[in-house]
Amino acid sequence: MAETIVFYTLSVLILGLAILVVTAKNAVHSVVALVMTFLCVAALYVVLEAEFLAVIQILVYAGGIVVLYLFVVMLVNLGRSPEEHQDPRRLSVFGLGLAGAMLLEVAGIVVYSYNRSASTVTAPAAASPVQGNTQELGWLLYTDYLIPFELASVLLLVAMVGAIVLAKRDL
Amino acid sequence: MDLIWLIPVLPGIGAALNGLLGIRYFSKPVAAAIACATMGGALLLSIFAFAQLLGAEHREHVVTLAHWIPPIPLQTVDGLGAFEAPWAFRLDPLSGMMILIVSGIGFLIHLYSSSYMDHEPRGGYVRFFCYLNLFCFFMLTLVLGSTFLVMFVGWEGVGLCSYLLIGFWYHKKSAADAGKKAFVVNRVGDFGFVLGVFLIFFTFGTIDFREVAEAASQMPVESAAFGVLSTICLLLFVGAVGKSAQIPLYVWLPDAMEGPTPVSALIHAATMVTAGVYMVGRNAVLFSHAPMVMTIVAVVGGVTALMAATIGLVQTDIKKVLAYSTVSQLGYMFLATGVGAFGAGAFHLMTHAFFKALLFLGSGSVIHAMNDEQDMQKMGNMKLYMPTTFITMFVGALAIAGVPGLSGFFSKDEILAKTFVASPWLWGLAVVTAGMTAFYMFRLIFMTFFGEYRGPKWGGDAEGQADGDHAAAADDHGHDGAHVWHGPHESPKLMTVPLMILAVGAAVAGYVGIPPIIGDFVGVGNAIEHFLEPSFVAESAALAEEGEHAVAHLSHVVEFGLMAFSVLIAGLGIALAYHLYVRRPKRAVELAENWAGAHRVLTNKYYVDEAYNSTVIKGTMGSARGLWAVDRNVVDGAVNGAGWLTRALSWVSHVLDKYVVDGLVNLAAWICAEGSYIFRRGQTGLIQNYAVATLFGVFACATAFLVVRFMG
Amino acid sequence: MEITPAHYTVLSAALFTIGVIGVLVRRNIIIIFMAIELMLNAVNINLVAHAQQVENLVGQVFVVFVIAVAAAEAAVGLGIILAFYRNKETVNIDEMNVMRW
Repeated sequence: MAETIVFYTLSVLILGLAILVVTAKNAVHSVVALVMTFLCVAALYVVLEAEFLAVIQILVYAGGIVVLYLFVVMLVNLGRSPEEHQDPRRLSVFGLGLAGAMLLEVAGIVVYSYNRSASTVTAPAAASPVQGNTQELGWLLYTDYLIPFELASVLLLVAMVGAIVLAKRDL
Repeated sequence: MDLIWLIPVLPGIGAALNGLLGIRYFSKPVAAAIACATMGGALLLSIFAFAQLLGAEHREHVVTLAHWIPPIPLQTVDGLGAFEAPWAFRLDPLSGMMILIVSGIGFLIHLYSSSYMDHEPRGGYVRFFCYLNLFCFFMLTLVLGSTFLVMFVGWEGVGLCSYLLIGFWYHKKSAADAGKKAFVVNRVGDFGFVLGVFLIFFTFGTIDFREVAEAASQMPVESAAFGVLSTICLLLFVGAVGKSAQIPLYVWLPDAMEGPTPVSALIHAATMVTAGVYMVGRNAVLFSHAPMVMTIVAVVGGVTALMAATIGLVQTDIKKVLAYSTVSQLGYMFLATGVGAFGAGAFHLMTHAFFKALLFLGSGSVIHAMNDEQDMQKMGNMKLYMPTTFITMFVGALAIAGVPGLSGFFSKDEILAKTFVASPWLWGLAVVTAGMTAFYMFRLIFMTFFGEYRGPKWGGDAEGQADGDHAAAADDHGHDGAHVWHGPHESPKLMTVPLMILAVGAAVAGYVGIPPIIGDFVGVGNAIEHFLEPSFVAESAALAEEGEHAVAHLSHVVEFGLMAFSVLIAGLGIALAYHLYVRRPKRAVELAENWAGAHRVLTNKYYVDEAYNSTVIKGTMGSARGLWAVDRNVVDGAVNGAGWLTRALSWVSHVLDKYVVDGLVNLAAWICAEGSYIFRRGQTGLIQNYAVATLFGVFACATAFLVVRFMG
Repeated sequence: MEITPAHYTVLSAALFTIGVIGVLVRRNIIIIFMAIELMLNAVNINLVAHAQQVENLVGQVFVVFVIAVAAAEAAVGLGIILAFYRNKETVNIDEMNVMRW
């Protein structure tokens, strides 16, 4: 029961904050809403027994990425919003229309996939020598997914170099 | 005799040396020496060759120098023949006589010219000798040529040299015009000659003289019908008429006197103009087989002789008199050949060469002495100033007048005798001509050498020679203005010696052809006729005997009578001239006034030049203008029309191209452009538009997937 | 009422939709990037939920990779935004049309 309450509360928070992210006029507001969204998602991960991911979510998203966004928003110090000249109502109508279509589509897919999954979903339980979410995840990452993991680190390195090259005023 | 090819080649070398190097580098004596030496060499070779010919059993020798035209298949009347022309020279009695005449007289005239042309500037002097040598080269080629083609080379070559030498003083318009006239008129004759040669090849398949003669002798004599032989002979005779200045193509010869006097002597009296006679003699067999053409030849010769003699009666230009005399004497030669007396014609050719060259050179001497004055009315009593010239010219005049004992008597008498056998009418013509000849020749002698001096004064004073005409003439002839004329004077030795040699020749040359009637008395036959006979007959034919028979038919009494009559006529002519021009000069003027009409006609040469001018020349010019108009309007019009049509077509094509082809291309481009406009609207460059499109694409895919799944 | 993976899926779909709308509607490129992060989070929620349902951690491993890629994307993307802003003095996506025809 508690899980249900937590889920719905978090769901409402997540969706509301997400809507705030995409609708806020001020970019700083968006960033703040984004942080809140990420935190709520992290909480959801906890509910889903993914503690490690929750920590990562907070560290990387809320701590790293969002700070990055905040910096950029501060650097790009706009006198006025790029959307000032646009008709907000028209936009919202367009956005709502799109949202309806999107939801319809996703709903279709979801319905379809649950119709199928009843019969097809099996639970291939992976034998794991360790206990606990973090340990198991670490085990997987350093055994079966070692090469993708290392590639991800290379990707991050490349991204770092790229970001520095792009952002630096003059090399 | 194998070296006869050197005879023409030597003067050719001289011409090449003088022409290629001399005009630029040689001094006058060097040029004259080269020219005279080459001619002397040619003369020596000719004499040797002639001597060998006399000694030879078979009096015909052919030297083939090289192949010229390789055998070319050409159509003949007997199917395909081979047209072949070697560079071959033929020495036989006729050409032997001709090379002696040409190289002998040519040599003397070269000597004479070296002095006569002394007033010329160096370049002109060398050029003159170059032309003169070149002429001798071609003339010797002409007479030595063994085939019609080699002969034609010489034939055209002498025509060219004649043109060059007549127009030697080319800055003088009359001389240039005269040269042009000679050239053009000769072309008419040469055209006939060439056609004749074509027909000869077509008929006989060869152009070798001897082979043609042999072939022709096998054919029947065309006495009844005008056949192919007659056509050939007529065409050849047209060539001879042009070259030897007979009616109607004689008009160029009097004008040719514009050239230097030695040229007149060599080319227009002694050698080139006799080429026609030589050619007819060379083709005696052909002509013997065409009696109709022979008649034409005789009549043309006789009429020309008479007509030219009448014109000669009244001319006052000393060279014009001699020119008409030449035409007249050439007429005599044709008359002789026309009546079948080829030997007599050739004989007269030879004697005429001597005395006419002599007379021309003598007149040149006089002209020289008179500072280029040619009008006899301004001369007189010249025998005082130039006795050598007078004596030699007097001998020449006696010879041409036919005074017994001199060369002209023998040859002319023989012609007259043979003509009488053939046709008394022609004989009458010839005798009248003979009388006129005697008259105008002695008129010339008397006007020039006797009577009172009527020329301009001379001395130190400029007025004495300030006569406009001859001052201009002196300038025209390139004499330097500083040259002061010291009155008539005897010419230098270089000029008088050739005169004397020629005078001796003119006096004694006739003795090679003593008529049988006299020959019978002194025991010598007509040497030259017997000598020349092989040239006039085919080896197998006995045709010439007919001619002999004809002469034999003439009784001695008749022949004596004829001879006496012609001598009498000549004597009358001389006496009349003496009477009119020495004893009573006024009488001649009165006579001219009393017969003003006739005199005017004769002075104006029967208006032949004017007639030609208004008919042939005007006609040619008119037709040329007409053709020009046709060319301009019709031909050019057609060409322009074609051009216009092309342009019009190209315009149509251009329009098609521009509006149809280009239109299609542009339409395609326009469709693409307009179509692309629609699609371009989608290419906004805005990422979000693309994202929306992508999203809808995903929607479409997903929807399709779902629809299929749910339906399935 | 039990919370099934279907609930999470619906939540994920809604969050994803919000992200999509944000990407498509907003002109500020920074906000568009944030919307992309939202979409990635929606995917992550889905992955984690289903990983929990099938009791398999592979889904969580993928979430780790997604977060890594998101971090890299954010770093590079924001670097590009900075560079663009320096040149054009704007972050309006409508003006990023230099690659248009």
